[in-house]
Amino acid sequence: MAQLTYRASVSLAIAQSMRKDQKVFFIGEDVGAAGGVFKATVGLLEEFGKERVMDAPISEQAILGAAMGAAMTGLRPIAEIMFSDFLAVCWDIVANQIAKTRYMSDGQINIPLVIRTANGGGSKFGAQHSQSLENWSMMIPGLKVVAPSCPSDVLGLMDSAVKDPDPVIFYEHKSLYAFKEEIEQTDLSIPIGEANTLHEGKDITIIGLALMAQRAKDAALILKDKHDINAKVIDLRSLVPLDLHTIKKSVIETGHVMTVEENPRLCGWGAEISSLISEHCFKNLKGPVTRVTTPHVPLPSADILEDNTIPSVELIVNEVIKKLKGE
Amino acid sequence: MVDKLNDDIGEEKRLQLWEMMLKLRLVEKKAYDLFLQNLIKGTSHLALGQEAIAGAFGVALKKGDYTFCTYRGHAHTLARGSSIEGVLGELMGRQCGLMKGKGGSMHLTDVDKGVMGSYAIIGAHLTIANGTALASKYNKTNEVSVCFFGDGTTNIGAFHEALNMAKIWNLPIVFVCENNLYMEYTPIHEVTAVEHPAADRAGAYDLDKIIVDGNDADEMLRTAEKAISKAREGKGPSLIEAKTYRHSGHSRADPGKYRPDEEVKDWMENKDPIKNYRSKLLDFNINEKIISEIEEKIKDQVEKATEISMASPIPEIKEIYTDVWANGGSEWHN
Ligand SMILES: Cc1ncc(C[n+]2csc(CCOP(=O)(O)OP(=O)(O)O)c2C)c(N)n1
Ligand SMILES: [Mg+2]
Repeated sequence: MAQLTYRASVSLAIAQSMRKDQKVFFIGEDVGAAGGVFKATVGLLEEFGKERVMDAPISEQAILGAAMGAAMTGLRPIAEIMFSDFLAVCWDIVANQIAKTRYMSDGQINIPLVIRTANGGGSKFGAQHSQSLENWSMMIPGLKVVAPSCPSDVLGLMDSAVKDPDPVIFYEHKSLYAFKEEIEQTDLSIPIGEANTLHEGKDITIIGLALMAQRAKDAALILKDKHDINAKVIDLRSLVPLDLHTIKKSVIETGHVMTVEENPRLCGWGAEISSLISEHCFKNLKGPVTRVTTPHVPLPSADILEDNTIPSVELIVNEVIKKLKGE
Repeated sequence: MVDKLNDDIGEEKRLQLWEMMLKLRLVEKKAYDLFLQNLIKGTSHLALGQEAIAGAFGVALKKGDYTFCTYRGHAHTLARGSSIEGVLGELMGRQCGLMKGKGGSMHLTDVDKGVMGSYAIIGAHLTIANGTALASKYNKTNEVSVCFFGDGTTNIGAFHEALNMAKIWNLPIVFVCENNLYMEYTPIHEVTAVEHPAADRAGAYDLDKIIVDGNDADEMLRTAEKAISKAREGKGPSLIEAKTYRHSGHSRADPGKYRPDEEVKDWMENKDPIKNYRSKLLDFNINEKIISEIEEKIKDQVEKATEISMASPIPEIKEIYTDVWANGGSEWHN
């Protein structure tokens, strides 16, 4: 048994994929010699050399374009976009090119690539280095969207993402890089599209992703200990494909649902889930689906402001109590 | 005056180039006819007048090489050997089309022929073409990637990102700027800081300044072969600026009225690559009968392909839901 951080699991996951398949290479800014701005890719250059670990210029379009072109020939690139916010400068390559080329070419072209990117708040970096952008990519047909919440999921989901014949955006949460887990075996593989239950319960279904899944789990522990509420916490792990089956099963049991989202309110992923639940489980619902999100504002920077913008464990606890007990 | 003794190109290749250019011209004209009959819907961007560029590269490239072109890409696709019915069928939205109607005029793709797609967002494909070039380098194979684009494309960021990356990684790629003097409706010189939109930027990326008469098929072929060999030998990228002119408007709906009549007349009458090449073939003492036979052959091919395309069924509605994912489907939840 070894303790592994989320950060270390990223470099290990990439290394494991690169050891298994010569077709896998890694490209990004400051990823090689520097080991990444979050130190999540330390050691890769040393192990695999410059041919497979490429330090790129500050050219997000060129990075993703090169990854896409290489993937079109059958290579399996992993490309890093340093902060997910920077996806905005190469969104054409992501949303128009990578996502649509398979369809437009009538299936002549596959694009088996992974875009990994540091996502989410908690670091007080302000509105342009802290966003939770999973929903941006969720709304584009042709992109798979993965967001692991713990080191073992990083390992297992990265393995699947690299092997996946379709493009996968892999959102790593900045505030989880220091998260530790005891891991027995590191060579894991977790299918993309299978949600994970982080806490069992029959009173309410709380649905989260990445950091919000962990916070929902912490909230569930408090709800159980102090308020006699048993919450089932579903960590979606991926938005596309979405494990609707697991959601439905739990909603049928609990009748109460809450999504916990780090993104601003409008068009957050929870809106789609809420809509699916009302379509599929309307008769099982004992009340409206509640969405806990950040307010619809750009993320502020100061400690107190950021902390009160992103849903906290305390907020989740309070919202659940309010919902179930009307307090 | 032609120097027949020191002819580096030769009759065989010239006839090949002639046949190629003629095919591009006649298919494009047919596409225009089909629009007028409303058999082709949507938009379309013809490369009439620019055939020598795609044609020369078509002759110079080998099987396995990768090409990337723009929405103005019917010619570049045909130049790699894609079938005429594949192209016309796609324009007409028929099952015989290269992508069975899923892509349309602006996205012609034929991977078997090395046609890695036609791209409709200005600049994107320069970065993507770097990727196939990178793959050739990574795999230590010797394919060359060629990327065609317009003069207007030199003003978008992706152009600059792509050139820099190609240079620092010494990629086996040829960037071909087809300078037809206009970006859509605006003269390129009105919106560009330098006189030669591509060539004057080459130095910034430590590339040679290459300007060629893109309507002189022989010169175009020589320039293409040189740049392709350089890339194939591992000596890195090239940026070519080929001066040319489009005979028709920017796209289907555009009559091209923003261009002075005199200018259009000069390019159509005096600088038409195909008309001029025909005279050149005669100057090289190539038998006019051979030239005409090729003309007849191509006309015939175009007519037959048109018939095939018109007879081809329209796509089935269920095709909407196929091929988003590699599993062939479009499901996003279980
Ligand atoms: C990013 C982007 N901006 C604008 C357009 C609209 N547009 C399509 S073609 C075109 C002109 C391009 O000119 P040029 O690169 O010279 O190519 P040409 O059409 O002359 O072959 C423009 C502005 C686009 N497709 N993509
Ligand atoms: Mg132009």
